[in-house]
Amino acid sequence: MEAEHLEILDFLKQHAPFNELPDEEVERLSQLTDVAYFKAGSDILSYQQRIEDLHVVRSGAVEVYHRNGDLYNRLSSGGFFGEAGLLRNGKVRYPVTSLEDSLIYLVPGTEFNRLFDDYESFADAVETEDRERLKRALDRRASANDMLTATIETLVYREPIGMKSSGSIREAAEMMTEQEVSSLLIYEEDQEDPDKPLGIITDKDLRKRVLAVGLSDQTAVKEIMSEGIVCVQHNQRIFEAMLMMLRSNLHHLPVLKKGKTIGVVALSDVVRHESKSSLFVVGNIFRATTVEELEALKDDVKATFVKMVDEDANSRMIGSSMAVIGRSFKQRLLELGEEKLGPPPVPYCFLALGSMARDEQSIVTDQDNAMILHDSFNPKEHDAYFLELAQFVSDGLASCGYTYCTGDIMATNKKWRQPLRVWKEYFDDWIEEPTPERLLHSSIFFDLDGVWGKLDFAEQLNRLIRQKAPKNKRFLACMARNALQRTPPLGFFKDFVMEKDGKHNNAINTKRRGTAPVADLIRVHALAIGSKERNSFARLEDVVDASILTPGRGPDLRDALELISMVRIRHQALSLTQGEIPDNNVEPEALSDFERKNLRDAFQILSNAQKFLKFRYSLS
Amino acid sequence: MYLGQRELKSALQSQINWPARLQELAGSARNSHLQHFYSATIPNADTPLRDVKFLALDFETSGLDPQQHGIVSVGVVPLTLERVFANKGKHWLAKPRKAMADESVVYHGITHSQIEDAPDLLETFDELLEVMSGHIMIVHYKAIERTFLDVALRERIGEGIEFPVIDTMEIEHGLHRANKTSFWQRLKKQPPMSIRLADSRARYGLPFYRPHNALTDALATAELFQAQVQHHYSPDTPLSELWS
Repeated sequence: MEAEHLEILDFLKQHAPFNELPDEEVERLSQLTDVAYFKAGSDILSYQQRIEDLHVVRSGAVEVYHRNGDLYNRLSSGGFFGEAGLLRNGKVRYPVTSLEDSLIYLVPGTEFNRLFDDYESFADAVETEDRERLKRALDRRASANDMLTATIETLVYREPIGMKSSGSIREAAEMMTEQEVSSLLIYEEDQEDPDKPLGIITDKDLRKRVLAVGLSDQTAVKEIMSEGIVCVQHNQRIFEAMLMMLRSNLHHLPVLKKGKTIGVVALSDVVRHESKSSLFVVGNIFRATTVEELEALKDDVKATFVKMVDEDANSRMIGSSMAVIGRSFKQRLLELGEEKLGPPPVPYCFLALGSMARDEQSIVTDQDNAMILHDSFNPKEHDAYFLELAQFVSDGLASCGYTYCTGDIMATNKKWRQPLRVWKEYFDDWIEEPTPERLLHSSIFFDLDGVWGKLDFAEQLNRLIRQKAPKNKRFLACMARNALQRTPPLGFFKDFVMEKDGKHNNAINTKRRGTAPVADLIRVHALAIGSKERNSFARLEDVVDASILTPGRGPDLRDALELISMVRIRHQALSLTQGEIPDNNVEPEALSDFERKNLRDAFQILSNAQKFLKFRYSLS
Repeated sequence: MYLGQRELKSALQSQINWPARLQELAGSARNSHLQHFYSATIPNADTPLRDVKFLALDFETSGLDPQQHGIVSVGVVPLTLERVFANKGKHWLAKPRKAMADESVVYHGITHSQIEDAPDLLETFDELLEVMSGHIMIVHYKAIERTFLDVALRERIGEGIEFPVIDTMEIEHGLHRANKTSFWQRLKKQPPMSIRLADSRARYGLPFYRPHNALTDALATAELFQAQVQHHYSPDTPLSELWS
């Protein structure tokens, strides 16, 4: 008779800390292990309960809590819990519940304690896991407290409360009182998409639109609601959302995640969360009354950038903070421009393109912008105004450190200052009649974001892209071909790739050979699936969700992008602190062995991702 | 493996009063191990599941016909609703008296030489009955385990065996097949859901286990049963709702 549980054995062998043990110990453990199943939402361990087994997650996911109910950690397959109790007094220290349906392997605590004493590497692996969890938990807390980097989602405390548009004002008031909310989302009667609200009503509406005018409380709520509500994306920074509220004079913003409303954030929530220092630069931008005052803020922007690098912010935080600052400069310049030139003769939308639209801006950046004008635009009557406005903004941006675009992709160029109808033709042409040559300098337009004016114009173009791009294989193939034009330097370690301009013989352009080609290839995949995201990391998440990449390749590419971006960002921060002019060219001597090795790995991942793109679109 | 409606219907048969039936058999059995097995106390029909000791049981056989094929391995794992006692699991190899069909060699992951060296079931069935006694058996597709053991004992000791079982396949069948093919599924010609062990497990978030090792299959069945009870029944559900 033999009783070998092969599945348990194989699983333990592959996971820390058991993979540190000699085979015979793991075999022994696998024969002593029991099993239990927990449906999602079950209590697995309660505080102070006696604990006799080390719990190992075989499948599913569990949540570990602090005594006070705060989430401490989330574990999935291969994670283990209960070790703290086993190593101390045999009582549960951190309660655990199952987040998903979970199968748990129960390794006897007596064995665990013996192995912990007998095998140093086993004990180390257990403790490393513990320390890492702690660090992760600390990191989360630190960043959640910083308004500059925290996302608006962290301020969503509850599900959105809403009602049908035919309900009465009285019902609405009752519901708001009962649910203790200051706003209510209003949904259409039989709306196809139940997640998209029709409008919103707030406490203020009840006061101003009902009580003050003596409206009957039996009136339907749709009579008093505000339509066309402005929403924020769940991953937008809190201070971006706050700016949005301040500038549009809104006190409530519905928060969207994957097209669904996950809650409503009130201005009071944001103010409560405010941390003054992080708003310094943006606040000053909007207080500046002249271009000269804006220009004077250049040094503050640099200081913010260096400070974020020093504080170990990641590239996504830095990239989006720099983009918000850049956007704020544009917005304030347009405001000043309109003050100077008078109100615009027809509505328009000012666009950010490229890295600013992707929220991936660095400190070294040029201005890529454009204008969409209302279709009633008449060049003879109106264009002089818009040219002057574009020139004012462009010159202003240049004085604030955003150099003119060498490719002349600026609103000052007549070609990029056109009515919406013409813009739609541009995109139709690019997507439906593509050639690699025509698209060569156009990829930047597929990262497009409205920053001022009729933002809906920009959204219309983005919608058009989302509708047409996934269906046009030839367009995608051309975009793919162009995305392969810039390759990473692979002989990086020994034979350093030199740039052709001769200027930086021993340096590597981390943008042209690194971050740009990664953004390019992620963009192609994102266009192919009609992703709504613009940020490369966010796009990559969508691409992974759509199962386009081989499992594991998505996270690899994300890490590669993060690594190359951070090498570039750190290099620029260092230049700034040394009083030099920052650029994208990193010298290998300036890198540690560790960075060099990682950078080489990152370039290898980029190269493989390019090969995959080539294969996917059958390019030779 | 395709299952005919006939076998599945037998699942819904009338209730047997199992404690009384086993007591009766204890009186009539001639083999001492069988007598011992039947005289162990088993829970009543109205005992809640929380108080029952179960034993997940799985056989690997050399084929599907109990008259022509034999048992080549047996895996058992005891459990309660709270815990699967994998560490008390047992596994026996057995040499069938009927020749092993060639094509089944790969299927079971057991080689001829392993089987050649294995003892006849006659030498180990007393151990098996010992661990079974006092437990309610859990199997995935009872036609195999109950019939093969019955036939094997008839051939060896001249009398068969009866015992109550809970069939996890029958539970899945009740949930996903019987009267549950929806109008939409029929309209869209969707096949009814598979109730094979691995597919059933996947629906409860249970991991994939490589099939056809009797001990692994018994463990897999035990885990599936815990999941089924947590999702569709309660610890207070009486045994009579599930056994047959």
